[in-house]
Amino acid sequence: MTAMLKVSGHRDRGRDYARDGVRDGVRARDRARVPLRLWLRLRLRLRLWPGLLALSLLLTGCAGQLQWYVVSPLTPAGQANLKFMLGGLKYTILLSMTAIVISVVIGLLVALPALSRNPIARGFNKVYVEIIRAVPLLVLILWVYYGLPIMMGIAINVFWAGVLALALSDSAFEAEIFRAGIQSIDRGQLEASDSLGLGYIDRMRYVVLPQALRRVLPPLGNQLVYMLKMSSLVSVIGMEELTRRANELVTAEYRPLETYTVLILEYLVLILIVSAAVRWLERRLASRDVRS
Amino acid sequence: MSEPIIRILNLAKFFGDFQALSDVSLSVAVGERMVICGPSGSGKSTLIRCVNQLERHDAGQVFVNGVELGGNRKALRSARTDVGMVFQQFNLFPHLSVLDNLTLGPMRARKLSREEATGLARRYLERVRIPEQADKFPGQLSGGQQQRVAIARSLCMEPKIMLFDEPTSALDPEMISEVLDVMVELADTGMTMMVVTHEMGFARQVADTMVFMDGGRVVEQSSPAEFFSSPRTERGRTFLQQILQH
Repeated sequence: MTAMLKVSGHRDRGRDYARDGVRDGVRARDRARVPLRLWLRLRLRLRLWPGLLALSLLLTGCAGQLQWYVVSPLTPAGQANLKFMLGGLKYTILLSMTAIVISVVIGLLVALPALSRNPIARGFNKVYVEIIRAVPLLVLILWVYYGLPIMMGIAINVFWAGVLALALSDSAFEAEIFRAGIQSIDRGQLEASDSLGLGYIDRMRYVVLPQALRRVLPPLGNQLVYMLKMSSLVSVIGMEELTRRANELVTAEYRPLETYTVLILEYLVLILIVSAAVRWLERRLASRDVRS
Repeated sequence: MSEPIIRILNLAKFFGDFQALSDVSLSVAVGERMVICGPSGSGKSTLIRCVNQLERHDAGQVFVNGVELGGNRKALRSARTDVGMVFQQFNLFPHLSVLDNLTLGPMRARKLSREEATGLARRYLERVRIPEQADKFPGQLSGGQQQRVAIARSLCMEPKIMLFDEPTSALDPEMISEVLDVMVELADTGMTMMVVTHEMGFARQVADTMVFMDGGRVVEQSSPAEFFSSPRTERGRTFLQQILQH
């Protein structure tokens, strides 16, 4: 775009009009293209899932009779079961959202020392990331819930144990994402901030982080989706979220296929909504500043 | 001459094994316009970057306003608000509007209110002749306009000294003059300036002192009249021939 800008016009005003024309053209094209791509992708996913579903139903159809009545929205018993399953939604969402907020904060706090000139600070970052990243999430959940109270002499409920484990585990990944995002900011931006006499905090808050955040939004969205899915592991310590509810229903009704299929659909819908929201946010931020 | 506002003594700077500056001593008086030229790699950018400590020197001393720049962070920050810097690559903040680019420094580093900072910003945008671009983003402006915004941004800090690091080198030829015009006007207001540039027309017009550098050393320091008519060194002569040939 720079090249196009530079050849246009001699007088300021003439140049502006030419440039606005170019810009609007590009943006109009982008606007047209992004929803199209999004729509195609959604269609692909939506088309794929019924296909898989049909396939699995066919396969099981060969093995025995399907008993969809357990989750039928048409019968009172099915409705009750569905309501029971959806009852876990609140905790899945609450758990993931609380955990992602905490993990983003921890991630940022862990990422900042990585950019320090101080070798001890950099060492702290490295050790934290390597250790936390090496612990399997399920193991961390078990350790936090059963081990931490003994070690610290505190009581911790299922919800906060889950949040803590998810947030800790994810924070190592967030830290790496933030580090990469911050390091991708041009040195010139830092020098300009320095030459304006901005201190470290102002520089981060007003110059570096706003730009870095835009760049890391796609991987952050990824982590959010990951978090929603990984929250299912917290079912093992008895958190009444979607997966736990499904497990309980299976124990009661002995219909794993039907129940887990509904569970899959629950996660699918949840995550498609989150993906769409992240994309919307990305587009909104991207349209605010036009880069040359 | 009064007490120099910038004093550089026996400055040395290394990048690894490479010595970018060796034994550079200079002083700049209040209101003096110094133009620094020399072949690429001669250390001229490194030199002016040492004046606001974007590069830390390895030996020697730099005084700005009588305060030595070195370990003391507080002294450094206050010195930086007295020293404006304009970069080759503009380094505007792309996520902020032109107005926000201009008010950030005054509001955060000088603790001005938003109203004061905005007033200041509009005044300096007027001065670099692009008041109508205040609400645009840097990416929407031409290179020349961006560099003028960058100059206005530095001026909003109301510095005592302005440093220019090849301010026109990244610009298309037809945009160079609009930036140089603004710099000439600034020089006319009596601003102390250190300018690294290859624009010899500009140097001839505004410089009080010409500094010619080569291999990390100051090779010549003289008045523009003297420098352009009869460079004292062979190296200076060749450089001038090369740069003025076209």
